Amino acid sequence: MNPMIEQIQSKFPQAVTKIYEHNARRIYVDVKPEHIAAVAGFIYNDLSFRYVIASGIDTPEAIEILYHFSHDSTGLMLSVRAAIADKEKPAIGSLTSVIKGISWIEREIHELLGVDFTGHPNLKHLLLTDDWPQGDYPLRHDNKRK
Amino acid sequence: MEKDKNMQEPKRCVIPIGPYHPLQEEPEFFKLHVDGEKVTGIDIELGYNHRGIEKLSEAKHFDQGIFLVERICGICSTSHPFAFVNAVEDLAGIEIPERAKYIRTVVGELERVHSHLLWLGLAGHFLGYNTVWMWSWKYREPVLDIFEKISGNRQHYAMMKVGGVRRDIALEDMPWIEKTLDELVKGVDMFKGAVMDDPVIWARTKGIGILTPQDIKEYGGVGPLARASGIDEDVRRDDPYAAYNMVDWKVQTWQGGDIFAKAVVRILELYESVKIIRQCLTRLKTAPGPFDLKVKEIPAGEGIGRHEAPRGEVFHYVRSDRANRPVRHKIRAPSYVNVATNEKSVIGCTISDALIVLAAVDPCYCCTERVAVVDAGSGKHLYNGNDLIRLSHEKTERLKKQL
Repeated sequence: MNPMIEQIQSKFPQAVTKIYEHNARRIYVDVKPEHIAAVAGFIYNDLSFRYVIASGIDTPEAIEILYHFSHDSTGLMLSVRAAIADKEKPAIGSLTSVIKGISWIEREIHELLGVDFTGHPNLKHLLLTDDWPQGDYPLRHDNKRK
Repeated sequence: MEKDKNMQEPKRCVIPIGPYHPLQEEPEFFKLHVDGEKVTGIDIELGYNHRGIEKLSEAKHFDQGIFLVERICGICSTSHPFAFVNAVEDLAGIEIPERAKYIRTVVGELERVHSHLLWLGLAGHFLGYNTVWMWSWKYREPVLDIFEKISGNRQHYAMMKVGGVRRDIALEDMPWIEKTLDELVKGVDMFKGAVMDDPVIWARTKGIGILTPQDIKEYGGVGPLARASGIDEDVRRDDPYAAYNMVDWKVQTWQGGDIFAKAVVRILELYESVKIIRQCLTRLKTAPGPFDLKVKEIPAGEGIGRHEAPRGEVFHYVRSDRANRPVRHKIRAPSYVNVATNEKSVIGCTISDALIVLAAVDPCYCCTERVAVVDAGSGKHLYNGNDLIRLSHEKTERLKKQL
């Protein structure tokens, strides 16, 4: 296994639930949502990964958020997956105190998928208009908007 | 925010740039907070151009999706298809044929050349050097001609396809392409001399709009923006795809992180791109076919594709449930992280410098226009481009006489 992934696993044994190596340069690590700040902080600060972006995905079981990090000297693309089981009121801790640039994508996931990023200093609309109807989340698969 | 002692109310003076502004070909809203001549803060408002492409992609099959993402950007139109096919091939574990790798690389690098020349021209224009603008775009024109020769289009080349490319580069076109590149290099040499030695350009660009390596790390900045701050990162080398690890080239970096450094990185990258294209063309003369694997089915799974676009890393994440379309398609263009760095670079500048600082990011422009007026009934060409320019000139002359 990739030595950096081993480090993550040994440092956060209670947080990491699954590791999937698609190939040597694409690795997915599933973590419990409550530990996301600690794990992401370790990857970003201690292992010096570059923050790329986060993807929010509506699945039948949960709202998943994938935090993508790039390790440029080895070409490794590490995606940390946090699955939020409560689809009625999905919430996860904001990473803005760890990674400054993550603010925009958290705002975007908030408006498109309805995820509440607790602790985000300015969780307003990014792309949609300010008068967008409340509770209408375009990237949810149960959205009825045509 | 400073507080006025008598009023107990925050003093603020805000200069709006946008949503529609001559500086920008695309709508975006910057609110500059200023204290006298100095910029003290900035609010960036986005969304004026949001078209819901990620959502649309969920309703298009994989082959249609390539044409959809090609329309995200009018300037680097092959960057998104490139990253998208990389993502789908990563998902399905497809290794494309050698010939397709070289053709993809040629297209990707030609695009970088024309995009950097476009930026160089615009930067000259913003600084009041309209000669730089005109000359730069003059040298960009033959690059678009090469695209027309290869793909039939000057923009939106539709070359990328899961499993390969849509069309080959013909052997008989290669001598002409190589000759055109020789001419281009002469033009770039002239620019390098003119931009790097001009005292006025130095005065306008050196030490202005600085981004430190720490700023780049905090915002995740990519591309020439990061490389101008001395950060040695380039997806083409770090996470190789297409033919980038099969040819000889170097990642260009510069120190300082100011506008001058960003311009220098882009100019030096022009040489590297031409070098890459030349090597690929040489190999293409003997590289065996096929250039397309004719992939039909995409399995379930998830894949990530990246491409170093002219403005930096384009990122695509695709998840498939084995249907013929993605269940989720996440796209991150380089400007998404790069524009956010304006929060750092513009603060402390004067208002007169703010415009070129905002433009130094090279936010995505879409300004390639070419028209032919065709009679819808007969399909006959009524006017070609030259006729339209002539008509435009005639109208200007007519208006001059009337005034």
